[in-house]
Amino acid sequence: MSATETPPQSSWTVKLRERAVEALPPEKLLPDGQPTYVASWIYIFGVASIAALVCLIASGSILALKGPAWWHYTSVGHFFNSIHLWSVEIFFFVMVVHLWGKYWMAAWRGGRTRVWITGAVTFLVAVPCALTGYVSQQNFDAQWISTQAKDGLNSVGVGAFFNVTNFGQMYSYHVLLLPLAVVALVASHVLLVRRHGVVPPIDLKSRITPAPAAAAAGAAGRQGAPADTQPASGARS
Amino acid sequence: MSPVTTSLAAIFNLNHSAHVVEWHFIQLSVANLVVIALMFVVFFAALLLPFPGAQNRRKGRS
Repeated sequence: MSATETPPQSSWTVKLRERAVEALPPEKLLPDGQPTYVASWIYIFGVASIAALVCLIASGSILALKGPAWWHYTSVGHFFNSIHLWSVEIFFFVMVVHLWGKYWMAAWRGGRTRVWITGAVTFLVAVPCALTGYVSQQNFDAQWISTQAKDGLNSVGVGAFFNVTNFGQMYSYHVLLLPLAVVALVASHVLLVRRHGVVPPIDLKSRITPAPAAAAAGAAGRQGAPADTQPASGARS
Repeated sequence: MSPVTTSLAAIFNLNHSAHVVEWHFIQLSVANLVVIALMFVVFFAALLLPFPGAQNRRKGRS
């Protein structure tokens, strides 16, 4: 087939590419600006969570390469063990602040339901991801946490499937299955944010004292959704 | 243990069981309460503190 020929429309790769470009054109996928309302500290906690996740995966990969004896008995091992611990502390810290910010911003507005859901599910999946890390430390702390968690999981009837005292099972969950799920969820979350735009602040002024035009429109019957229920228009600074 | 090692080990003496706060069925360690309090501080600081360059960006838009 020459370069000028039109590709066959039945090709699944063409359909996939066209759908992907339609959903996320390059200027939306990698924008060169953000709306002016993003210039606020409350908007930094999402990217701070991603930065902590990158540190987590990098330090965790080094720990996985070297093994428990290294992270328990060498100075460099202690250092990377601490980096991994403090990365997860910061990850949850900033993710909770991000969650609070988005909750009070009603970030599911404007067709952003899936953005909210992927974020919330990421938080829920990250919790067992951290727990399996605590029980995989190979020390007394891990033994204590695993025996406490065992009772909790048995009380809800899933102890036969998730044996937190089984190092091999918990380590596999911690270094492969759950991080894979977290990274996939974060990737889909970010792509959905790119698609729908960063949620704007709630326009309290127009809600408290409606503008004359909006009041007239309201009297005549609602003709359309309020501005903050629409996806971000992409107003650039 | 040398003074350098001691100073690098921890600001507070951690060689004891955790202090906990109990209120009915709620039981929280003081360390966790401190972290929760810090999260509130950071959250409200993020809402109230001005972001560098934000005013210029808004003026540039109008």
